[in-house]
Amino acid sequence: MRDRSLSRWLVHVVVLLAIVAGPPGRAVAAPAGAPPQVTIGIVTFLSGAASGPFGLPAKAAAEFWIEKLNHEGGIGGVKIVPVVIDEAGPTDQVVTNYRRLVTDQKVDLVIGYISSANCTAVPAVAEELKALTILFDCGTNRVFENAQYRYVFRTAAHTGIDGIGAARYVLSVKPGIKTIAGLNPDYAWGHDSWDIFEKAIRKLKPDVTVVDTLWPKLMQGQFTSEISKLQADKPDVIFTSVWGGDFVSFIEQAKPRGLFAQSLVVINNDGANVEELGHDTADGIALGFRGPHWISIPNPAGNQLQQQFIDGYRARYKKYPMPHGSYHVVQALQGVKAAYEKAIKAAGRWPGVDDVIKALEYSEFDTPSGRIRLAIGHGHQAVEEAVYGTTKFDPRLGFAGLGGVKVFPVKCVNPPDGVKVVDWIEQGFPGAECP
Amino acid sequence: MDTLTLILLDGIAFASWLFLVSAGLTFAYGVLRILNIAHGSLYAVGAYTGATLAGLVLHSGANPLLAYPVLLGAALLVGLLLGPLLERGFLRRVYDQDEVITLLLTFAIFLILEDGMKLVWGVSPIIVAEPYALLGQLALGGVTYPLYSFLLTGVAILAGLALWVVIDRTRFGKLITSVIHDREISAALGVNVPRICTVAFTGAAMLAALGGAFTAPMVSVTPGISADVIVLAFAVTVIGGLGNVGGGAIGALLVGLLRATAIQFLPALDLFVVYALMTVILLVRPEGLFGGVEVRRI
Repeated sequence: MRDRSLSRWLVHVVVLLAIVAGPPGRAVAAPAGAPPQVTIGIVTFLSGAASGPFGLPAKAAAEFWIEKLNHEGGIGGVKIVPVVIDEAGPTDQVVTNYRRLVTDQKVDLVIGYISSANCTAVPAVAEELKALTILFDCGTNRVFENAQYRYVFRTAAHTGIDGIGAARYVLSVKPGIKTIAGLNPDYAWGHDSWDIFEKAIRKLKPDVTVVDTLWPKLMQGQFTSEISKLQADKPDVIFTSVWGGDFVSFIEQAKPRGLFAQSLVVINNDGANVEELGHDTADGIALGFRGPHWISIPNPAGNQLQQQFIDGYRARYKKYPMPHGSYHVVQALQGVKAAYEKAIKAAGRWPGVDDVIKALEYSEFDTPSGRIRLAIGHGHQAVEEAVYGTTKFDPRLGFAGLGGVKVFPVKCVNPPDGVKVVDWIEQGFPGAECP
Repeated sequence: MDTLTLILLDGIAFASWLFLVSAGLTFAYGVLRILNIAHGSLYAVGAYTGATLAGLVLHSGANPLLAYPVLLGAALLVGLLLGPLLERGFLRRVYDQDEVITLLLTFAIFLILEDGMKLVWGVSPIIVAEPYALLGQLALGGVTYPLYSFLLTGVAILAGLALWVVIDRTRFGKLITSVIHDREISAALGVNVPRICTVAFTGAAMLAALGGAFTAPMVSVTPGISADVIVLAFAVTVIGGLGNVGGGAIGALLVGLLRATAIQFLPALDLFVVYALMTVILLVRPEGLFGGVEVRRI
């Protein structure tokens, strides 16, 4: 009897201590009905050509940011547990993996997808499974232009701002251009990128003529013939959407041949690997960003989250969070956290998926990239500013810095809600507000 | 510069690179009858090793021109280390097996080496661009060519000549030819067939690594380059004739010139023309341009 009473006392003491102390790292009281954890499936490239420049930096950023959020109390006082899976593989396999994540691993939501092909394949399955899914990085503008989804959101801008921003930047720094050329990878991303840029610049300056449209194979690595043709035809501007290894190979091969001195080369995404290029970078390239995702934009002095992101990421990985995927995955996490906490406040309990969707539609939330608004795609698609600048090696950074930076406001580069980007361009950008 | 000269210069430059990356594949098939899927990985290990060692030389303050012999040394090192290891450790066990088994085995080696490279070099790109620009440029009618392109052509010609001399002008080459024709009879006549196979595969591995090492200054050495190169290497090998190194050279030249022509006149079809040529040749001469009986003589 004495033993039993002693153990009962011990249990009471342990329970009391547990209640007083609370779970480790939890700083916020969880609402009624809260689960022990929020499981987020994170899908990003862990292998293949897109892993180095995009997938793994996004994974690194997600892990760092989730750790930070958990330290601050997770989502509404509930710890976030990530389940990271590889995005590599054919689209049908990616869709199967998505199903497994939702049905077998029973994640609460999925944040994923860098490839535009995957972003167009997954939403239909998300709707079927009624699974909250945040597309975090893929570029295609077609996701919410061709369909309307309830369970699918994208918390980063689509590629429309890349091409329109590039056209506006080129004309602001070189207004007298007469000829343009394109060098874009021969798949959907390359064709969409060129289509938007070409339409935008021809609408803004109708006398521009196209002298070359070159379509190298993705990850071709060899640009000898393409560079020769561009040198022979001498366009005023060369637009390219090559990325990762191709971006580096193109710079390595074009720089000694003087292509960047001959023509203004404009790259519509950050190309990735800017930091790794170091002193091998080329000066005079117009480098664009799908959103304000540069080390000084937004200015960390005026954006605490940006400061925390850069400092924390550098301390942990000894690198800058350079490629846009790093910023975009943090935007998704911030959007999810903001929506859950808004829904908790409204419902007074742990929210269901419908409550979170309601809170996320047309929402605004703070991120290291500034305030993000889900303003188009019926409140499911984010808009961002487009940022372009011209590269110049910065000895203090040890890689290319940006000069002549121009930030194009949201309404200058994004179509209004319900308008397709190509239609907006062809109509002459009605309602655009540019400086 | 007129378009024809552009096509010739670009075509030869691309063909040189194609020959370097495909010669080892052709040679290995010629001698060992193995279609080596891991050829691309040997190319990638050559690129990583070349970039790492050349980077060390360039950062050490030594004469930057030393980077070129270092690239060559890196290729020899990779071939000497991985060639015997793969041949003796794995391939030797499946020579008598069905071709599917060898394909699966080399595919497994490809996957293992892919992950091995990530473990050793990580996933961040290795960039060593200096050797590409170091030799200077040649301006020809408004188009500038780096002299490195001509160096690459020289390396490809030397590699081809070296193969020809070894096979056709040395005793060792005669032994290889004998093994190609009949392994059992060669063994019965006292030829050390396992040794010939090891040396031949090591040579093929060196050629793959040579292609990788001399490509490293032109590209970003990053995970995934193995798979990208193997497809083109197969196309060239099939066009020239499996196992025929001379045919491989002609195949590389055809593909290089055809692609350079397409980029000048029909850039949207630059990839299509390569595989269209391969398809036509497979339909008309399934053994490749120089395949058939000649294949076995390499």
